[in-house]
Amino acid sequence: MVSKSLKASNNLLSSTKRQLEILSNGIFSEGGLPKFDSNLVAYELNAPRPLKLEILQVNVGYMCNQVCAHCHVDAGPDRKEMMSRETMELCLNVLKKTKVKTIDLTGGAPEMHPDFRWFVTQIRLTDVEEIIVRSNLTIIMANKKYHNLPHFFKQNKVHIISSLPFYKKNQTDSQRGDGVFNQSITALKLLNSVGYGKSNSNLHLDLVYNPSGAFLPANEKILEKEFKKALKIDFNIDFNQLFAITNLPISRFLDYLIASENYEDYMSSLVEAFNPKAVANLMCTNTLSVSWDGLLYDCDFNQMLGLKVASPISHLRNFNLGLLQERKICISQHCYGCTAGSGSSCQGTVV
Amino acid sequence: MKKNYYESDDLKKFKNITDWNPDLGEKFFEYYNSVFKQGTLSAREKSLIALAVSHVVQCPYCIEAYTRDGLQKGIEKSEMMEAVHVGAAIRSGASLVHGVQMMNVYDKLSM
Repeated sequence: MVSKSLKASNNLLSSTKRQLEILSNGIFSEGGLPKFDSNLVAYELNAPRPLKLEILQVNVGYMCNQVCAHCHVDAGPDRKEMMSRETMELCLNVLKKTKVKTIDLTGGAPEMHPDFRWFVTQIRLTDVEEIIVRSNLTIIMANKKYHNLPHFFKQNKVHIISSLPFYKKNQTDSQRGDGVFNQSITALKLLNSVGYGKSNSNLHLDLVYNPSGAFLPANEKILEKEFKKALKIDFNIDFNQLFAITNLPISRFLDYLIASENYEDYMSSLVEAFNPKAVANLMCTNTLSVSWDGLLYDCDFNQMLGLKVASPISHLRNFNLGLLQERKICISQHCYGCTAGSGSSCQGTVV
Repeated sequence: MKKNYYESDDLKKFKNITDWNPDLGEKFFEYYNSVFKQGTLSAREKSLIALAVSHVVQCPYCIEAYTRDGLQKGIEKSEMMEAVHVGAAIRSGASLVHGVQMMNVYDKLSM
C-alpha cells in the first residue's frame, strides 16, 4: 500500500518532465502507437479548442488525508502546497467578471484547507449557479472538526461529488487504503441524513467510479444501476448519479502502470478504444483549471503534468477571458484517457 | 514461425480473420457482438458464462479477454473463481459419467 507521495519519496516520476518524456517516447516512438495529435489528423478531426467557459476548476492544494494508489495529483498528508487567501480572492474576481456557471473545488482534500469554509461562503455571494466540492468522503470522519461538513455543505447548497471506487470493501480499500470503504459508508449515511442524494431533495450527491487497476471502466449506466442497488440493499444509501472516470496515466497511476508492467498494454487499450465522437465534448473545451499558486491550465490533468495554458495569460492575476479563449489546448498522449470508449471527464462520460 | 503457438498479441489480431473471408468473418463478429448484448441474461451474467466456458475450452485468449471484461464489469474474483469451478465441475463430471459406460462394459464381459 502506498504511504507517501512520489514527491516525498523522491521518485523520479514526481518530475513532470520525466512523465512527459515517458508519454512521448517508448511505445509512442516512431513506428509505435500514434501520438494523440497525429491520431486526430488521421481521423480528420480538429484539435480541441476552447468554447464558452462554463466551469472554473480550482485546485486549492495537494494536501489530502489519503494516499490513493491511482492519484494523478500525487496528493497526500505530506503535500504542503496550498492556495493563499489572496489567490482565492483572485478566483472570486474571475467569478464576478465572467459568466462562469460552475466552480469546481478539488485538491487533495479541499476541506483540509484552513480557508475552505470562508472560500465557499464567499463564492456563494457571487452569481455562480453551482458550487461543486470533490470530497473523498473519509475527510468527514477524519477529525471532529470535519464532522459537521454535511451541514455546512447543505447551508451553502454545495453539490458533492465523491469518490467511491466500488460498492464493495475489497476493491475500494485496495485502491484508497485500509478502512476507506467503511469510513466512506459512514460519511455517505451522514450526507443522506441531511438530505443529500435523496430523490425529493435538491442537494446533489454524485459518486465517482474509477477502475481499481489497469483496465477501462464499463458502461456508466449499468454501473450506476449496480451501485444504486448494492448501496441501497447493503447500507440503505441513496445518491444521484454515478460518473465513470478513466484513470489517466499520470503521476501515481503512471507509476503503478510501469511498476506492474501494464503501461504498454494500458496505453494500447486506450488508443484502441479511441472514440472520435468524444473529442468534441472534451472537458478542456469548457473548463479552466487553476492551481494552488494561481496558474492556469486546460484541465486538472495538464496541471499535474505542468502543461500551462499556451497563452500570454497564464496566471489569475492578469486574467483576460478574451485572450485565453484564443489559446490552443495543450495535448499529449494522456489525452487518450479522455477519448477512450464513451469518453471521460470530471463529470463522467462525454458521449 | 513464432516461438510459441500462443502469443498474447495475437488476440488483438482476431479481427483480421475477416481479411481472408470477409463474408463469414463479418457474419461471425456480428453474431458474436449480438450474443453478448444485454438480453434476458444481463451482460454481467454472460461475461461469467463466457469466463467459465473459456476455461473449459482452455482458450488463453478468451481467459484474458473475459477476466478483463469481468474486472470492467465489477465482477469480483470470488465470483470469477466460482464460475471457473462450475466449468470445471461440468468438465470433470462429463469425464466421470463415462465411468458408467466402463461399468456397463465391465459387467457385460464379466462372469
